[in-house]
Amino acid sequence: MKTLVRYLPLVLLAVAWESASRLGLVSSSALPPLSEVVSSWIDLIKSGELVSNTGASLYRAVMGLLLAVAVGATLGILMAWWKPVNILLGPLVEIFYPLPKSALIPVTVIWLGFGNGSKILLIFLGCMIPVTIGAFNGARSSEQTLVWSARSMGANRVRMLWDVVLPSAMPELLNGIRTALALSFILLVSSELIVAREGLGYLIGYLGANGNYDAMYAVVMTVAFLGFAADRVYQMLMNRMLQWREQG
Amino acid sequence: MARTGLTAAERVEVPDVPARSFARTLLWGFAHVVSILALVLAWEGLARSGAFTSFMLPSLSSVITRIGTDAVSGDLFINTGLTVYRALVGFLICAVGGILIGLAMARNTVANWFFDPIVSIGFPMPKIAFLPVVILWLGVYDVSKITMIVIDAIFPVIAATVIAVRGIDRELIWSARNMGATDREMMWQIVLPAAMPQILTGLQVALPLSLIVAVVAEMLMGGYGLGGAMMTASRFADSRGVFAGIVEIAIVGYVLIKAMTMLRRRLLIWHQEANEPTTA
Repeated sequence: MKTLVRYLPLVLLAVAWESASRLGLVSSSALPPLSEVVSSWIDLIKSGELVSNTGASLYRAVMGLLLAVAVGATLGILMAWWKPVNILLGPLVEIFYPLPKSALIPVTVIWLGFGNGSKILLIFLGCMIPVTIGAFNGARSSEQTLVWSARSMGANRVRMLWDVVLPSAMPELLNGIRTALALSFILLVSSELIVAREGLGYLIGYLGANGNYDAMYAVVMTVAFLGFAADRVYQMLMNRMLQWREQG
Repeated sequence: MARTGLTAAERVEVPDVPARSFARTLLWGFAHVVSILALVLAWEGLARSGAFTSFMLPSLSSVITRIGTDAVSGDLFINTGLTVYRALVGFLICAVGGILIGLAMARNTVANWFFDPIVSIGFPMPKIAFLPVVILWLGVYDVSKITMIVIDAIFPVIAATVIAVRGIDRELIWSARNMGATDREMMWQIVLPAAMPQILTGLQVALPLSLIVAVVAEMLMGGYGLGGAMMTASRFADSRGVFAGIVEIAIVGYVLIKAMTMLRRRLLIWHQEANEPTTA
């Protein structure tokens, strides 16, 4: 009952959507009724189009993100751990951080063409900087007393990196990855909308260009749901990974 | 978090930094640009060495020449102006609308009941997927580009405002009420200033998002604007134009985001965070 009251506004919106197009308040090509969107979603699943394009998109997002996390976290922690790295990379991070990452879409296409490579490169480049900044800020703020005690107990620099700096960088690093996750969906969908031959963004553009609007809505809703679900799953994982922390 | 600029391991080894001489300061300044210089030289060198075709990587000097010709013909200013105009109008709508919705949600149960599920589901969604729907409804001109920016960038502002207002120290509110503040005074003198740091953080998330979406929307809808110009260049295999576009968009992004950081420092001059040394 409580959940019903909580999510009632969404139900109301859904009812408003259905009735607005059924009653002819808006043209049904601009806003096909919700029920027809659902039925064309089922058709898309049956024909296998939705599944294969989702697979293509997810492959790109996962590869790009994994690369971004691996490289970004390493760079961020190295920057905090060894000053010369910071002097070298800090200015580059500061320059590339404000660059609207979508500007890289045409360049990645020039370099790697229309396929998977250009999307993975785009997601990697776009998502790396938030991860780097998260790792850097986290590692830099490791508690002084922890560092001191580890040193007085005779830990060498490498041990310290592994046992002290990395765990204390974890919360901010994980937050940076969450930003990167949201960004990866934006970059994935927009690059697929602009240039691609498969993937969810391509499917949206293709269906829209053919005037198949109820199917287009179905794919749009699928993308929105996937992004939402990815964030929720990530948050659950994040809470689990940070369970060792004292809850302040 | 205190930003000392020193690394965790550093702070142990060098407890006190000796006073820097002039030469040292100079050297320090040089160290900060060395990587940028290296990047510029590497770009120019790689492009000239012939390892890449000029289609894959046009030389930096030819890209700068290209920006120069665009500036002379006036295209540069039309495109930059339009992109900045769209991004900033969208951003301002997000700022005003987001703060208003956030305040309403934090202070009114009905508003909270209605918007809370929408925000909690809408925030993590990749709203950019709705771009074709927005085109379908509103066409390909400024209205639809700005609408898309608002849809994408308003959620961080709403969320930040709600969290900020809910987190205001109860004692501040009680004292103000006790001293007889009216609702209006409460809003302008207590609630908004106390919530300001977090609201500004939300705006600092929304600004780069507005730019990203402005560029994507221009790329998809075409026409004037930096994104549209890049897309036209890439259709004609004019990679100099594409790289010129990146440099221009990078400069626009850098200037706007630095301006936002300065604005934050100015607005929060009274706040304790202004005393902390920052690296940004």
